[in-house]
Amino acid sequence: MSDALLAVRNLSVQFTTYGQTNQVLKGVSLDVPARSQIALVGESGSGKTVTMRAIMGLLRTPPAKVTSGEIFYDGHDLLTMPTKERLKLRGTAMSMVFQDPMSSLNPVFTIADQMGTILKYADRRLGRSRGNRERMARVHEVLGQVRMRDPERVSRSYPIMLSGGMRQRVLIAMALLSEPKLLIADEPGTALDVTTQAQILKLLKDLVEERGLALLMITHNLGVVRETSNYVYVMNKGVVVEHRPTADLFEAPRDDYTRALIAAVPRLTGGTSFGKAGAAA
Amino acid sequence: MEFLLFLVRRILWSILVLVGLSIVIFAIARVVPGDPARMALGPTATAQQVADLQEKLGLNKPIVEQYGMFIAGLSQGDLGRSLLTERPVNDDIRETFGATFELVLATITLAFVFGVPLGVAAARWKDKWPDTLVRILAIFSAVTPSFFAALLLQILAGYVLHILPTTGRLPHNMEFVASVTGLLTVDSLLAGRLDVFGEALRYLLLPATALALATMGQIARITRSSMIDVSSQDYIEASRAFGVPEPIRVFKYMLRPSFVPPLTILGLEFASLIGNAFVVELVFAWPGIASYGIRTILQKDLNAVMGVVMVSGVFFVLVNLVIDVLVGFVDPRVRIRGSR
Amino acid sequence: MASETISTTPPRRLSNAYQNWYRFSRNPTAVIGAAIVILAILAAILAPWITPHPDHVGAVVNFRARHLPPSAEYWFGTDNVGRDIFTRVIFGLRISLLLALVVLGIAIPVGTTLGLLAGYFGGWVEIVIMRLTDIALAIPPLVMALAVAAVLSPDLINSMLAIAALWWTWHTRLIYSITRQLRTQEFVEAAETLGASKFHILFREILPNCVSALAVKTSLDAGFVILVGASLSFLGLGIQPPTPDLGTMVASGSAFLPDYWWESVLPGAAILIVALGFNLLGDGLRDLFDVQEVR
Repeated sequence: MSDALLAVRNLSVQFTTYGQTNQVLKGVSLDVPARSQIALVGESGSGKTVTMRAIMGLLRTPPAKVTSGEIFYDGHDLLTMPTKERLKLRGTAMSMVFQDPMSSLNPVFTIADQMGTILKYADRRLGRSRGNRERMARVHEVLGQVRMRDPERVSRSYPIMLSGGMRQRVLIAMALLSEPKLLIADEPGTALDVTTQAQILKLLKDLVEERGLALLMITHNLGVVRETSNYVYVMNKGVVVEHRPTADLFEAPRDDYTRALIAAVPRLTGGTSFGKAGAAA
Repeated sequence: MEFLLFLVRRILWSILVLVGLSIVIFAIARVVPGDPARMALGPTATAQQVADLQEKLGLNKPIVEQYGMFIAGLSQGDLGRSLLTERPVNDDIRETFGATFELVLATITLAFVFGVPLGVAAARWKDKWPDTLVRILAIFSAVTPSFFAALLLQILAGYVLHILPTTGRLPHNMEFVASVTGLLTVDSLLAGRLDVFGEALRYLLLPATALALATMGQIARITRSSMIDVSSQDYIEASRAFGVPEPIRVFKYMLRPSFVPPLTILGLEFASLIGNAFVVELVFAWPGIASYGIRTILQKDLNAVMGVVMVSGVFFVLVNLVIDVLVGFVDPRVRIRGSR
Repeated sequence: MASETISTTPPRRLSNAYQNWYRFSRNPTAVIGAAIVILAILAAILAPWITPHPDHVGAVVNFRARHLPPSAEYWFGTDNVGRDIFTRVIFGLRISLLLALVVLGIAIPVGTTLGLLAGYFGGWVEIVIMRLTDIALAIPPLVMALAVAAVLSPDLINSMLAIAALWWTWHTRLIYSITRQLRTQEFVEAAETLGASKFHILFREILPNCVSALAVKTSLDAGFVILVGASLSFLGLGIQPPTPDLGTMVASGSAFLPDYWWESVLPGAAILIVALGFNLLGDGLRDLFDVQEVR
């Protein structure tokens, strides 16, 4: 066991559908130290999403089943701790930034309502209490932190009234509500245009650095990896095939799969540069 | 503001539908049969009697002019005189509509109060026994003819168990006139007559249940499938990740967006609900507009029949208007897009 | 998930019919539904040869045998003039099925064509047709049939026409929504670019894509039309006595409730079961074709 904030050890997960069993994760290990920026990269089906869902406790069991391994947060194994304890961490100690700003917000409730509800139950889990007004103040504060110009107006809006970029920022704000130590970001901004995505990634990076958070960035995009991480894990077919400092990886990829991934990135300016964010998107 | 625009559009729409409806009804009544006066008076009437009645009702004027008169009357809420009773059709309908309205209101309430929770339960325990049970229930309620459901309920509750009255709206020895809203349950409360209220409810229960069954099944089925649909949405997953507890997720975040399809279905199916009300009223001797309609139809009382069809059409349009407002209320996307 | 990369798709076309049959036969609701429907149709066609008292369809009177409860000789008992109810129920199926056949035989071609036109051409064609469906939707078919019966005369033909005159609207709405989605699809645009006629595009390119949804709808609708028809004859507006009709039998039998319950309950149950058969079949087809909710 390491002293990392989040440590995944030898995690194996299988899925059983229609009587067929698939080993989706085969002994995955990774470390996210406090205040670090880690990327987990792989193509669809590589197991990166399953890893993320296992960490967040979002796997549906069945069909999924954790067959072996541990996930330590702050030294406590999430998989063996009582459900109640684990729920305390969800959305509070570790929080998630969702991928698709169009579909990850409930269309029939205002932003204030959705963020307020999240905060209310996060508070309750942590044994805190806050009045309605204080809660709204906190919502507005966080919306301001994600550089929303008019937090009060935004909070009164329904998702349909906001642009994609604004919705993505709301999703980041949601993750920040209870001041988590670890942010897990699932390809944020992939659904947006390249310029907006670049802004979102920049914002995320700034926020993480400003408040000293740890970031685990899940992505299939090597451009995003380069922009947002200093250490990277490469996954393929349920296995971590390679992990090392991000800069190293681009200099001298060791694994064949990694090399293939890097080669697959279209070059925009010639040479070995990777188009800024979104080249492979 | 957006909402107001949305409403205005819907109201204009409804007026258009009503105009179309009036043309259809007028066409059926005046163009198809030939001579309504002869039909009303029967084959034994003399030519003079027929001519007199034609004169009186304006039947000898050109068709377009007759339609003009019909519309002019309609716009003032005047449906003409019954060919037989010579009473204004309005009065007849006003007297009977309250009973039908009460029945339909109770029916919709029952259908939602039972249909939605059943659908939620089926979705929550998908592919488990509650789901199977609800699906069987939904199918049977959809395929049971209303008159058959009515008869079975009558046999069961009225004859076998002797727990509920099987015909009428109130016991014969109970004196009460619903004069304010026409709804016995409401008017009795307004008058402070709890005894009447209790009886009115007892009499209402069987017919409303018989009529509600089909709608309830549909609502349960639609609620189930839309809950399942919504439950796989990213935003539900997100609320799970943020630690929103399951009851809030199910009854707030899932139920509200799932509420639109059942409402829409109620609107679409409302016509067949009115149709079923005709048979159910007959079985339970419920003194509503349907009973009146069947009486007048058997007597070939054309003005009255047109009135009944028009009123059920207006009822449909109004209910759909209310549903549209409710849908707009439940789902902001509808009212924001609807106004554009 | 990870299985995507491993699984291989079997050659579809060759085994399509077999696959469909296999999936169908594994779906209990669909199989039960199909069995009920086939049985009902066969019974209706073969009624004169398979019923114990085929002469009881007419105005036969046998007062000695009136109001007899179900027994080995009279499976469903006898009615108030001593006729075998089982025989009359089987013959009554003929009317119910005929009604469904005629109504849908009119409503489907009309509704489908209008839906194709409205969905493909858009503009004023769409506005006129879809407003018409809004109007038709506002009139309960049962009430329409009542009105027509009042104007003309209460009989089966008039009732069928009255129901058909409103029923097309459901098919129009269904086909319209599919056509609108297909209008901008590449295969339609390709056909347009190649200069295919409008007729070809509507009926050869778009219509085949509506068939599975139509099949589901038709099966479900057959059940609902039978229910409306039964309600009409329950009100005395269907085919006139002595021809056996299920709704009429329920109505006349209900006069003898609760003592002679079989006279109304068993014909009523027959309506329910036929409607159930069409409904289960429709549900099964929906699962098979993976069609969305259509009603």
